[in-house]
Amino acid sequence: MFDNIGLIVSRLLSGVPATVSAAVGGIAVTILLSFAAGLALLARSRWVRGVARTYVEFFRGTSEVVQLFWIFFVLPALVGFQIVPLGAGILVLGLNHGAYGAEIVRGAVGSVPRQQYEGCVALSMSPAQRMFRVLLPQAVVEMLPSFNNLFIQLLKSTALLSLVTVQEVAFQGQVLVPNLGVGEKLTIYLVELVIYLVLAVLITFTMRRIEGWASARVGRAPTPRARRPVLPGKPS
Amino acid sequence: MIDWDWDYAIRILPALLGGLRVTVLATLLGSVLAFALGLVFAVVRRNRVPVLNQLVWGFVELWRSTPLLVQAYLIFFVLPDVGVTLSPLTAGVLALGLHYACYTSEVYRAGIDAVPQGQWEAATALSLPTSRVWLGVVLPQAIPRVLPALGNNVISMFKEVPLLLAITVVEVVATARQITAGSFRPVEPFTMAGILFLLISYPAAILIRRLERRVGVL
Repeated sequence: MFDNIGLIVSRLLSGVPATVSAAVGGIAVTILLSFAAGLALLARSRWVRGVARTYVEFFRGTSEVVQLFWIFFVLPALVGFQIVPLGAGILVLGLNHGAYGAEIVRGAVGSVPRQQYEGCVALSMSPAQRMFRVLLPQAVVEMLPSFNNLFIQLLKSTALLSLVTVQEVAFQGQVLVPNLGVGEKLTIYLVELVIYLVLAVLITFTMRRIEGWASARVGRAPTPRARRPVLPGKPS
Repeated sequence: MIDWDWDYAIRILPALLGGLRVTVLATLLGSVLAFALGLVFAVVRRNRVPVLNQLVWGFVELWRSTPLLVQAYLIFFVLPDVGVTLSPLTAGVLALGLHYACYTSEVYRAGIDAVPQGQWEAATALSLPTSRVWLGVVLPQAIPRVLPALGNNVISMFKEVPLLLAITVVEVVATARQITAGSFRPVEPFTMAGILFLLISYPAAILIRRLERRVGVL
């Protein structure tokens, strides 16, 4: 049953770089879009709000697999060239999770006590100073537990990229499956689950460190574990 | 729009709607399983049933940190080897139900925790049997408050059903892919598949936001 375990593990580990690049790239795009769209949702101009709202509802309302296939199969037919699979994957992961992240940013900035805002006005700070020096540093502390959840959702979604030929962990597993016996199939999937679990724990560990740092910066203790949001699936 | 063929779009619509029916069916069956199993998980955890409690905790932590796709593969490709042959749809529903049970169990837990301590004490003072405490006192108060969160789970699940095409469930996106393979025109099928998702999940999300306003967010 475990004759091939070395082979299985090494083959699955060969997919880790692609999974990690997809996750890291996706997280980077997610952060960028979350803040851009999240702040746009709070903008004074109706136009800016409308554009951001359309983006958020569109990407939350359609399935991630549809978005992935659309960028992979439809976009080339429209623009005449194809994005490399990993690039398309990162783009979709970022666009999709950025839409959820935008709501996290909007909610957190909105939850900063009003007095903070009024204090800034009294000190005649510019709108940019108000946002970047007072409101955001406090809001970020509130956002981090939700972003932790969101990034784990994103990590789980990287497995979908195997459907568009990105050679990440789940893809490597499916390459192995036809050649192996009964117990070995089970081994493949269990090892895969463990790999994803380890990556998820790494994300949580990193986010906790960042949270400790961000809350210390505004003179607070990190959110206690009991008060962490338990998000059903993706935060909605 | 660039090169949009209305005739073609109308011709493929019935096939896509057929696929959508499978998507909806998988979502409904998966939700029923997730609601039931999640409740069992939550009650086991809350009652601190020895051994089972730790098992459920470990399972929930592992299962919700790992991809649904891999779990679906596990169920679809490994179970036949031990003599349990499942149709793709059954395997898919099982995968969806197990995955989302991990989320719904947390939702129920939040709902149960929100029932005031006095209700438990009153039930004990009346020396109600455990089953009456749960079915007569706690759950009737907990369930209405968790309905919006459960609804959000259904919507999330609906949007994740397409990944079951990897285990050959012919839902709406798999149908779109089949149509494309025959016609070499990807624009209409995939765009329409996206619009179908939007047409169902957006109104559903608005309904749930309304429900949230009525019963309050946990």
